[in-house]
Amino acid sequence: MGVTLNASPIRILVAKPGLDGHDRGAKVVARALRDAGFEVIYTGLHQTAEAIVNAAIQEDVDAIGISILSGAHMTYFPRILQLLKEKGAEDVVVFGGGIIPEEDRKALEAMGVKKIFTPGTSTEEIVSWVREHIVPKTAR
Amino acid sequence: MGALATKILAKDVLAAARLMRLLDDDHPQGMAELRELYPYTGRAYIIGITGSPGTGKSTLTSALIREFRARNREVGVIAIDPTSPFSGGAILGDRIRMQEHEGDHGVFIRSVATRGNLGGLSPSTRKIVEVMDAMGKEIILIETVGVGQDEVDIVGTAHTSLVVLVPGMGDEIQAIKAGILEIADIFVINKADREGVERTERELRMLLELGGGKGNAGFRPPIIRTVAVENKGISELMDAIEAHRNWLIEKGKWREQTERFRERAFWEVMGRKADEGIRKILATPPWDQLYRQVQTGVLSPYDLAERLKEALFTHIPLPNP
Repeated sequence: MGVTLNASPIRILVAKPGLDGHDRGAKVVARALRDAGFEVIYTGLHQTAEAIVNAAIQEDVDAIGISILSGAHMTYFPRILQLLKEKGAEDVVVFGGGIIPEEDRKALEAMGVKKIFTPGTSTEEIVSWVREHIVPKTAR
Repeated sequence: MGALATKILAKDVLAAARLMRLLDDDHPQGMAELRELYPYTGRAYIIGITGSPGTGKSTLTSALIREFRARNREVGVIAIDPTSPFSGGAILGDRIRMQEHEGDHGVFIRSVATRGNLGGLSPSTRKIVEVMDAMGKEIILIETVGVGQDEVDIVGTAHTSLVVLVPGMGDEIQAIKAGILEIADIFVINKADREGVERTERELRMLLELGGGKGNAGFRPPIIRTVAVENKGISELMDAIEAHRNWLIEKGKWREQTERFRERAFWEVMGRKADEGIRKILATPPWDQLYRQVQTGVLSPYDLAERLKEALFTHIPLPNP
């Protein structure tokens, strides 16, 4: 084994809600997170907000990373935040990226989304941000 | 009773998921809560599904979930994927194939990484089974990658083990290490609409006749063809599973296996406690100096081991009342 295993790796759900047709970006991010030593649960395309939150709860993830290219971000992010709250899982950090204009980014961050990455953000930046801002629940 | 244990007995999903995480991360609170739950375990029927990547295990698992749900059974699923030996991370993607069950509260799916454990399971798998059992999941499916002769730990955890193959494995069946063949109670040739299925089945039968295989005196592992994406062969597979289960019960094997599972649970935990305990001793004077002497070559490791063994095990202590 080439690495000392972390006893408490960060667990992240990478989610693609709604009508987005391709997930190459999400998969690139998922692999980068895996290479950084995190456990990444990926549930595939066309997820409903309910399915995403349901999976996040069963998997007891530390964070959900949401990728939205279709413009439906002002529907999905708030809905996911709402569902997490309703189900008692507010301690799950929500972040994401995709095609999201500046004003919407600010609005979402004000609503409780911890961070929205703009297109072109490198995977290194995303990994750094996660390392800095996400604490595994078992270490909290 | 522990806060989580009480909630889990009331089928609280959040609490169950949290306990699974504590157990996965080896957090002391995890074991404390599990000890309280233990008396409520032992009812679940545990089915292992093993095979190489690409054989369609997850799709097959999803089809089995559907069947058990149609029979009104609550189902727990543990989907295990390998941890990268280079980064310590993992991509856990088996849920993708089980999406039809996402809204069903009678199904609890947990994705788990092997975390450096060899043998196909994570160190936490058995304990996660116990949480699902205590929660009322009557059927627990464990899906695990198995490619070689070493990924056979599923046998010590599941009542019935399925090994999944795909056609075109022809010559490769010969090359499949004995271990995987020996764990199967049922063989499934999935993607059976592909070319080469007769040959694959024939090769497999020949190998089994030559004496490879579990040697379940009295139970010949059936070979079931399925096309899981089209839901074909699934009811035959369910029949085979039921037949195996009945055989286990009739022949008293169920009880034997349960005894074995409990023993293994003990040895897994005890091994780690022994390890921790010995390390503590070796960090304490005068043992720490002796340990250093082993490192520098002054004292042989075998001599130290013998001395420590004598110190620890000469007198048999009595358990605390």
